[in-house]
Amino acid sequence: MIPVTGTPPVPAGGSSAAAASGGDAPHSLPGDVLDDLTPEQLAAQWEEEKPPAAGALANAASSLVVIGVGIGAVVLSIAMGLGTPEKPQPGLWPFIISSVMVALGLFQLIAGRHNRDAEKFTRMSTAPLTGLVTLAAMVALMPLIGFELPALVLCIIWMRFLGGETWRSTLVVSAGVVIAFYGIFVLALNTSIPHLF
Amino acid sequence: MDFLNPVINGFAVVLEPTNLLYCLVGVVIGMLIGVLPGLGPAATIAILLPLTYNVEPVTAIIMLAGIFYGAQYGGTITSVLLRLPGEASSVVTVFDGYQMAKQGRAGTALGLASIGSFIGGTAAIIGLTFLAPLVASFALDFGPPEYTALALLGILLVATISNGAKAKALVAAALGLLLATVGRDIFTGESRFTFGSLQLADGIDFVPIAMGIFGLGEILYNLEERHRAAKAPSKVTNVWPSRNDLKQASGAIGRGSVLGFFLGILPGGGATIASMASYAMEKKRAKQPERFGKGAPEGVAGPETANNAAATSSFIPLLTLGIPANATMALMFGALLIQGVTPGPQLVEQNPELFWGVVNSMYIGNILLLIMSLPLVGIFVKILRVRAAILAPVTALITLLGAYTINNSMFDVTLVVVFGIIGYLMKKFGFEPGPLVLAFVLGELLESSMRRSLLVFGGDPSGFFGRPISATLLVVFVLVAVLPAIRAAIAKRKGTTASAGAATEGAAHTIKEKV
Repeated sequence: MIPVTGTPPVPAGGSSAAAASGGDAPHSLPGDVLDDLTPEQLAAQWEEEKPPAAGALANAASSLVVIGVGIGAVVLSIAMGLGTPEKPQPGLWPFIISSVMVALGLFQLIAGRHNRDAEKFTRMSTAPLTGLVTLAAMVALMPLIGFELPALVLCIIWMRFLGGETWRSTLVVSAGVVIAFYGIFVLALNTSIPHLF
Repeated sequence: MDFLNPVINGFAVVLEPTNLLYCLVGVVIGMLIGVLPGLGPAATIAILLPLTYNVEPVTAIIMLAGIFYGAQYGGTITSVLLRLPGEASSVVTVFDGYQMAKQGRAGTALGLASIGSFIGGTAAIIGLTFLAPLVASFALDFGPPEYTALALLGILLVATISNGAKAKALVAAALGLLLATVGRDIFTGESRFTFGSLQLADGIDFVPIAMGIFGLGEILYNLEERHRAAKAPSKVTNVWPSRNDLKQASGAIGRGSVLGFFLGILPGGGATIASMASYAMEKKRAKQPERFGKGAPEGVAGPETANNAAATSSFIPLLTLGIPANATMALMFGALLIQGVTPGPQLVEQNPELFWGVVNSMYIGNILLLIMSLPLVGIFVKILRVRAAILAPVTALITLLGAYTINNSMFDVTLVVVFGIIGYLMKKFGFEPGPLVLAFVLGELLESSMRRSLLVFGGDPSGFFGRPISATLLVVFVLVAVLPAIRAAIAKRKGTTASAGAATEGAAHTIKEKV
């Protein structure tokens, strides 16, 4: 006989909601399960669907960045000269702010260790990264070859690969968007946006 | 009748065709972004700032204001029909609105919400009309010390009332103040933090910061969030509530108007807090509180009224003191500065056509919104089907090309992208972007009034406490700064008890404040 204790593994603390919302797939829970939630349960479910919280490392890293920026600004402010309250030099006010910033950073470093308000970088974070690369590429290419082609490529990447649209709607909408922007910014408003055509 | 003359002249300003058109454009955009997933009103206003360069100041603000209060109407639709709050201020509407929709009363819920919104908005405009000139005349004798205290208090309140860790919000505010110092020092003419760059010599413009941090940061952040696809119902019928429904909700609408109006005035207050407070109040007052969460009409009417009243009344501190009460108002402040108008107590006197034009345009805007959300609601329900995947690149392109048109320079576009990265990382690591933008806007005012005051006081900081108003404001500042720590200590000793509002509050926190 198979021992009863060897029951199929149940995901710890998991619910159907958590399982369904984990992947890229659109949320498709049976409506009935969702519909009878009280506000409290609904709140709990929203909590579950949030991206996973980052741990102490994220807090330490962000606090250290804050402290670093603060210290840098303190040093630069002192170099500008502080002066006295009745005869302030340009550095006094930035010095005050950056000192406060360093203090807050230190406080956050220690007191915020157990905070869970930062989000983990997950597989999903490649989407904004891709988005960012396309934006940077567009900024770099616009002065060289005009905005039309980079904009078209950006639309296609965002819709097809980041948004999961079909090829057909991607191409149709992207072309439409670029033509519309050309019409608005070049033909109608006559702005000096670099354009190819 | 002296008081009423400028008010009536304001209507003449509103009725100019251009202003009417921009008012319509504003409220339609507001309604749309309220309905569409992704961008909130602050992000939209930030992205559209370049649009305001070539129009009159009053026209620009009429449009931007329309976006802001229009979004409060639109956010309701997704809350009720899809249980996805379109805006942070519509989160609590979900609880009862969606239940009503399930019971086949979606139309009634939407109808009640729009009637409540209209009444709340209109009541708040009337309140604004009478209160704002009073506040402004009181503030006319404010000198640099008072402004120093007021700006400090405003920044602190916005930072402490925001969601998430207070220390992080304050860090964001400090960063904003620091960014505001980049460029030429107004007193000595020396360059600060320019690193030899000529483009930074005049300081960083407000628009690229707002467009980057609010606009692009939000767009990038949303790329990561899977937008829960939901099937929108094809039709909503019966949006005119019955007399019985109206009777049941009238108390909630009345209370919501008053509550929202006052919460909107407070710095750091605004639509989101007002709607949550109203829901909690209605639930507490109800004879059968168990009906809440199961489709109680008051649970929809109250919060929706309150968020509109608050959205309207939050213009009071901006237009009368020159202190924005929340992040969206910081954008309005920036938009006015671009136009060469400095909001402050003298605005009512010196620029009556601007002041009353904007205030009175809200009557028109609210009427337009009522029309759009009752007879025309079907159109906006159809728009629910536009997918986020298509919207995202369009908004990103609008942002980039719009940024270029500000000064016809790629430098601004690059700045927008850089601040977009900062905005995204801030959201990711739990730093609210709102305080940064607010502090950036107030930075110059704060520094110059502080330095002027110190000149007057001969370098003695205790002089701030020698003047009654600045002393009071600074005492409040200290209280706000210290109170949370004291309360936390007391709570720790007592052992926390779950309060009635805990659930709603928790829910609102999970939806990251969409700026």
